[in-house]
Amino acid sequence: MIDSYPDEPAGDFDAPPVEFDDDAGRTIEIRASEESDFDALVEMYDDFDPADRAQGIPPVRENRIRDWLETITTGDALGVVAWHGDAAVGHAILVPDEEGAYELAIFVTQDYQGARIGTKMLEALFGLAQDRGVERVWLTVERWNDPAIRLYHNVGFEDVDSESFEVEMTIRL
Amino acid sequence: MLFAAARQSTGMKVLLGLAESEFGYRALEETLERAAEAGDDLTVAVYGSADERAGLLDAVRTRRSPEGPEPDVVELEEPAGPALVELADTGDFDRLVIAGGYRSPMGKIQLGEVAEFVLTNAQTSITLVR
Repeated sequence: MIDSYPDEPAGDFDAPPVEFDDDAGRTIEIRASEESDFDALVEMYDDFDPADRAQGIPPVRENRIRDWLETITTGDALGVVAWHGDAAVGHAILVPDEEGAYELAIFVTQDYQGARIGTKMLEALFGLAQDRGVERVWLTVERWNDPAIRLYHNVGFEDVDSESFEVEMTIRL
Repeated sequence: MLFAAARQSTGMKVLLGLAESEFGYRALEETLERAAEAGDDLTVAVYGSADERAGLLDAVRTRRSPEGPEPDVVELEEPAGPALVELADTGDFDRLVIAGGYRSPMGKIQLGEVAEFVLTNAQTSITLVR
């Protein structure tokens, strides 16, 4: 398991809600995820571009999406949802591992990518996480996924030395 | 079906690398099923802790189809990746079957250390079950 984290915290982050205009001029609101978001998230993932799936998630087909969402939104997991009006257009999640650290994943629907929504969601999620006392966060990302790797570095993730197929990164909050 | 395109009258010489994991048991079941159908000459190489290896050997015995051939069983020394590659490449196997690893807390499929080593280093054709 990943056990190398930066010594210093990455900084202070503001907790949601956060409202801003994205780079395409759309007003986006980021809120902490609630149980009532479930169906909007199912819809978002059901329409998700298969090319944007990563390491087997989100799963395809609605029943499997529902099962997966249930496992990643229960217990101590926390998340934020980016909304454009009534539509969920992004979702960032922290799921606890067995060592008290959290695994991160983030998804932005295709039409909303490249508009700074990912950065804003991660900052809001980190704000929420700091309020809940989360300190150590890790992720894995495919080596060829340059936009995601740039996003993670921008918000303060550092690479962990690894011989794995995937890049492993950690951040201390 | 694991080897849908490979239905043939004479079986292949197949090596299954088996560890204790969600995907490992699926690999075992699919490989045993295919061996019984196609008459594969199957060797199962188990790795992991001593307890895990004992459980795996048990699983091979109990899940084997009565009509199928009895697989040869080998316990691998650590590190298991290089041991599996050496066995596959020197044992004249047609195919090496390994399981795809495990799921992260998020549900991401992660290849284990052994699967990654085998995929990059073995000369034998590989089937990855996940």
